[in-house]
Amino acid sequence: MSITLRNISKSYGPAKALNDISFNVEQGELFGLIGPDGAGKTTLFRILTTLLIQEEGEATVAGYDVITDYKAIRNHVGYMPGKFSLYQDLTVEENLNFFATIFDTTIDENYDLIKDIYVQIEPFKNRKAGKLSGGMKQKLALSCALIHKPKVLFLDEPTTGVDPVSRKEFWEMLKRLQQKNITILVSTPYMDEAELCDRIALITDGQILEINTPHSIIDAFPKKIYNVRASETYRLIQDLESYPNTHSAYPFGEYVHFTSRHSNFSPEDLMTFLKGKQHTGIEIFETIPTIEDTFMELSNTNTLATNA
Amino acid sequence: MHKDHAIHVENLTKMFGDFTAVNNISFQVDKGEVFGFLGANGAGKTTAIKMLIGISRPTSGKANVAGYDVKSETEMVKKSIGYMSQKFSLYNDLTIKENITFFGGIYGLKKSVIKEKTQRLIDELGLNDVADKPVSSLPLGWKQKVAFSVSLLHDPKIIFLDEPTGGVDPITRRQFWNMIYREAHKGKTIFVTTHYMDEAEYCDRVSIMVEGKIEALDTPKNLKAQYKVDSMNKVFLKLARNIE
Repeated sequence: MSITLRNISKSYGPAKALNDISFNVEQGELFGLIGPDGAGKTTLFRILTTLLIQEEGEATVAGYDVITDYKAIRNHVGYMPGKFSLYQDLTVEENLNFFATIFDTTIDENYDLIKDIYVQIEPFKNRKAGKLSGGMKQKLALSCALIHKPKVLFLDEPTTGVDPVSRKEFWEMLKRLQQKNITILVSTPYMDEAELCDRIALITDGQILEINTPHSIIDAFPKKIYNVRASETYRLIQDLESYPNTHSAYPFGEYVHFTSRHSNFSPEDLMTFLKGKQHTGIEIFETIPTIEDTFMELSNTNTLATNA
Repeated sequence: MHKDHAIHVENLTKMFGDFTAVNNISFQVDKGEVFGFLGANGAGKTTAIKMLIGISRPTSGKANVAGYDVKSETEMVKKSIGYMSQKFSLYNDLTIKENITFFGGIYGLKKSVIKEKTQRLIDELGLNDVADKPVSSLPLGWKQKVAFSVSLLHDPKIIFLDEPTGGVDPITRRQFWNMIYREAHKGKTIFVTTHYMDEAEYCDRVSIMVEGKIEALDTPKNLKAQYKVDSMNKVFLKLARNIE
């Protein structure tokens, strides 16, 4: 196991940031922590990177205990915090050199590992880090986190606020890193990125809702889910909320995802209801749930199961 | 300007030195429309918004917002619009009530109006229990809902929302969009940027900016048909960097 967590809890005053979290990440796995702002993702990262001490439970990273072996862990992990934390006044190259030096290595020694990413910012190597665009900062931060060839890479919300194109490129980089046998723990509030991970943990309010492969999580969705559309979206949502059979009705792009309270639900019944409300252009058809559907279903029904 | 246009932009350009951040863009937004303003990071969206809300002077071109010229009637533009940024802009150390009162004062509302609006807003948001707690104690999604409501205090005609839902949980994100729809339904014009492509589908029309220019502008339905794809995400990927 590359990362193990057993019954980890942490509070800040009365606020419970993490509540009895347990899971393992295997060597070479790309594992995603999926949850909104305030779910406890950053606290978890800080405990695993030895920057914060848990109140309860035990955790190991690359075989080392996060409390007793914290020095060893620091030599074997790369950490890219959510907030850009490189030296803004140093140039791109100076930052990278700095991180290589404090880990007692050189850019040349591990250039192979970062080459893919670094070549994209190398033309700007004399520019100060503070003057880089968001996408370039992100690539530099990743290069710095990798320069000492870590066994485990921690990436805290690397794609927040990043546009869809740059996000796609970033995930392609992660996939290539994974092939070099680096374990990656990555957090994101974008549910669509969950499907790019080997396994994911859905996390909210300091608790794990579910851990599994994205596929298994989608397959386990407990209800049939329907795409519903009508000409007036706002009125449609309101009317769906007043429809007696509605279990959930959430806008999803051009459709509203609808689930019924009843397993013997018939779409014709909903069609009749909506026609009665003078809707036009009505479409109702079954669709495949997404991770986001599961997340909302789980956070709503509050099946905050004791963690697996 | 056409009287039904909330925003009317003609050949708007902004240069920083010899770099053209916004390159000769033209478009109109109708009254009551939910208009999605999309683009990759660095495409020029924020620069364009800054010109529309009167805090950055265009290098050339014209923009008329809520009937006022952004160059010559800047103060009237500011009075007619609401603005909410991705970066949380309320005072964390003040309570929800204090924040609303403070911003009401900034907008020049009468004391009696502020009092009445503050209570109504807190009721609408269901925040009575936490109204006297510092804003910092709220989850991000709730903060953003309060910030949105504050941007509506002075009853603006147009509301600019710059990535209002980044990092917000999926349920609150949808509640937020419900608030957006509700305001549009009341006749307010919404100008919104987002990196969530499912949210792009909630807009009446969407523009996509690439390197300072508007490369596409249409309803989500027409854009998908035009680029022969089934989601706005794919439209975006095709346009913004020609990935295929």
